[in-house]
Amino acid sequence: MAETVLTNKRRIELLEMRGIVKRFPGVLACDQIDFTVKSGEVHTLLGENGAGKSTLMKMLYGLYQPDEGEIRINGKVASIRSPQEAIQSGIGMIHQHFMFVPSLTVAENVALGLKTSFGSMLDLKEISKGLSALSDRYNLKIDPDIPIWQLAVGEQQRVEILRAIYKGADLLILDEPTAVLTPQEVDDLFRILNQMRQDGHALIFISHKLHEVLAISNRITVLRDGAQVGMIDVEEATKQNLAEMMVGRPVVLQYDIPPLERGSVRLELNQVSARSNRGNLGLNDVSLSVYGGEIVGVAGVSGNGQQELAQVIAGLRPIEAGTITVNGQNISGKSPEKMNSLGVSYIPEERMVDGVIKEFTVAENLILQDHWREPFANNGLMLNFNVIQDACRQAIKDYEIKTPSTETPIKSLSGGNIQKLVLARELARNPQVLIAAQPTRGVDIGASEYIHQRILAERETGTAILLISEDLDEIRALSDRIIVMFEGRIVGIVERKDVNIQALGAMMAGVH
Amino acid sequence: MIGNIITASVFASMIRLATPYLFAALGETLGQRSGVLNLGLDGMMLMGAFFAFYAVFITGSLILGLIAAIIVGGLMGLAMAFISVTLKAEQGISGIGIFLFGLGMSELLFQQWIGTPTTVSGIPDVYIPILSDIPVIGHIFFNHNILVYVAFALVPIMTLVLNKTNFGLMVRAVGQNPEAADAMGVSVTKVRYTTLIIGGILAGLAGASLSIAQINVFQQNLTAGQGFIAVALVYFGGWKPRGVMLGALLFSFVNALQLQISVVGVNIPSEFSAMAPYIITLLALVFASKSREKPDALTKPFERG
Repeated sequence: MAETVLTNKRRIELLEMRGIVKRFPGVLACDQIDFTVKSGEVHTLLGENGAGKSTLMKMLYGLYQPDEGEIRINGKVASIRSPQEAIQSGIGMIHQHFMFVPSLTVAENVALGLKTSFGSMLDLKEISKGLSALSDRYNLKIDPDIPIWQLAVGEQQRVEILRAIYKGADLLILDEPTAVLTPQEVDDLFRILNQMRQDGHALIFISHKLHEVLAISNRITVLRDGAQVGMIDVEEATKQNLAEMMVGRPVVLQYDIPPLERGSVRLELNQVSARSNRGNLGLNDVSLSVYGGEIVGVAGVSGNGQQELAQVIAGLRPIEAGTITVNGQNISGKSPEKMNSLGVSYIPEERMVDGVIKEFTVAENLILQDHWREPFANNGLMLNFNVIQDACRQAIKDYEIKTPSTETPIKSLSGGNIQKLVLARELARNPQVLIAAQPTRGVDIGASEYIHQRILAERETGTAILLISEDLDEIRALSDRIIVMFEGRIVGIVERKDVNIQALGAMMAGVH
Repeated sequence: MIGNIITASVFASMIRLATPYLFAALGETLGQRSGVLNLGLDGMMLMGAFFAFYAVFITGSLILGLIAAIIVGGLMGLAMAFISVTLKAEQGISGIGIFLFGLGMSELLFQQWIGTPTTVSGIPDVYIPILSDIPVIGHIFFNHNILVYVAFALVPIMTLVLNKTNFGLMVRAVGQNPEAADAMGVSVTKVRYTTLIIGGILAGLAGASLSIAQINVFQQNLTAGQGFIAVALVYFGGWKPRGVMLGALLFSFVNALQLQISVVGVNIPSEFSAMAPYIITLLALVFASKSREKPDALTKPFERG
């Protein structure tokens, strides 16, 4: 099998999706979408969360069935009813969440599904041989006998790609492949994709990061709210016109940030260590000061201590050593409630878990922390519904939250609107210190822009802001200083004027 | 005194008593490795036990008895698969349903078709030339009926199937991460149906090993919860066939010892010794370490997309 994938003869020269319609209860996820990709090109699907990119690709990979429209391979109508049939027709997919069994080895994960007959014995040697041939060709080093869970995220992704090629994928769908990578790893990925393009693979690239889209694509199709906005060649595309097509109105990509007016130290961490959920020191001897009127960005690859950092400051995770002070007052080991009263506001990373109660209404979620206080409750006993309703309506207006009513369960709002509500609640207390963890993850560009403007406005009022994000563009756009975390430690601090993307990437990867 | 209690006979009955546990727990291991907890095991054993007994009672043919157990066990496995995989019902509850069905049905049919407790002549012990004649060893290991040998032979077979075959790889993958298996073109449904049907067949044989090989009678609730112990043994054994076998042997050793104590007439209230195996199981479960082989997707129905 390995031999055939090294030749340039492809089973898929041209793939066409024509007039694709997909409805879910209450939602038109894809509305008459046409999409084509041919051998030797990268065609990007660009759009906000919920624009229909993933739904469209899941139909191509046999995970969903289109309600209308047809898929043609080399001009012939193809019906793809399951991932197995997609793989057989030469379609592979790199999912956003890697499709591995972590306890199995690389070779076993590749073997999975290769033969679905129940009777046969496993031949892992044969697979290892084929993998070696492929990794030589793409200049990757992969040990077939190592369990997946021992590999770094970037390596796991390479295994995903090798596996797809090994299984004979002529067309490869990459669903947000760069979301989990450092800038260097993105460069490596693009090198692999370029070689695949030269080898005659057809590639579908899904992303919402504009500079990456411009760097790798031949053609770009933009989707918005399930509809096709347009298709342009990369030569005609700019960040500005792509962003406008995505959002449907002009978008500010570069913020006007007034010069830094540093106040006094608001938040100080002194040699703080804390355990992660796995029991190791997820946060290791971290010292850090955030001044009033300053935004400190925390960059790093997911899982390097950022979450633990946010949680110790918010009082949600016990600390092993060190002290945390807010305005000079030692708050180590205090409860989240105490933190709130000292003026620490927290926008949690997992807003659906830590930020809101899904089944509660918009109004109830707005008063979650202050429900027992005046004026929301009389004597801390009876809820004062009129006051709550008024406050909620005001927040909806001020923060441009799109909701049918104040009594709508929060879970039926979009990610961006839920995040705006969390923001409204957290900023209503005029915080001294704001911890914003992944404030725009899964939030569309329009709402992201709004949230960024709000955070910048807080900076103007003199709040000390710690911005934790895996989105390096967000960090760079907003931060006065950037600290980089790796394996629970701070490995670098960079001032805004000295930011160099290559150097940041190296620090994120632990090279420093 | 101790010599009176721990005799070669105790070890021989340990081996014999372990048989139904082995059949049931090995089948359960396969099902759980694919992500389905089958709490209905005891009910499946009862159905297998009854139909094996009934077939032998009517026809006198032991082969037909075994075939009946296999067919009925397989059908019970199919029912569990339909409820938990296709209908995606909560596994714990549907297992209890299967158990209660098996318990009630086997008793009803017994009352209707047979009525009074009767014995049949069960599967005879196999005489193996030379081996069976070895003193002590022969008595312990080589004087059993064929089902005993089949059950122990299943241990290495199950290990091989799980670790060295494509089917085993699919079972492990479906139990650990069904989304990944599905995306790789493995049918989660097919794999889980297969493991549950095989598990049902083995549960049927477990029942038959009681009703037509060990005690050769059928009565209401013949298994007395052995199927539930078998489920516990899978956890105890860390989802590995060999671990399950060790658990089954330990449990039946305590069982055999308790029988022997009551025979010898040591002055311990019999209720205490009767409780001992269950207490030991509980303690073993509490202290059993979390195994790396524990299927992450255990008890979770799979939904695509």
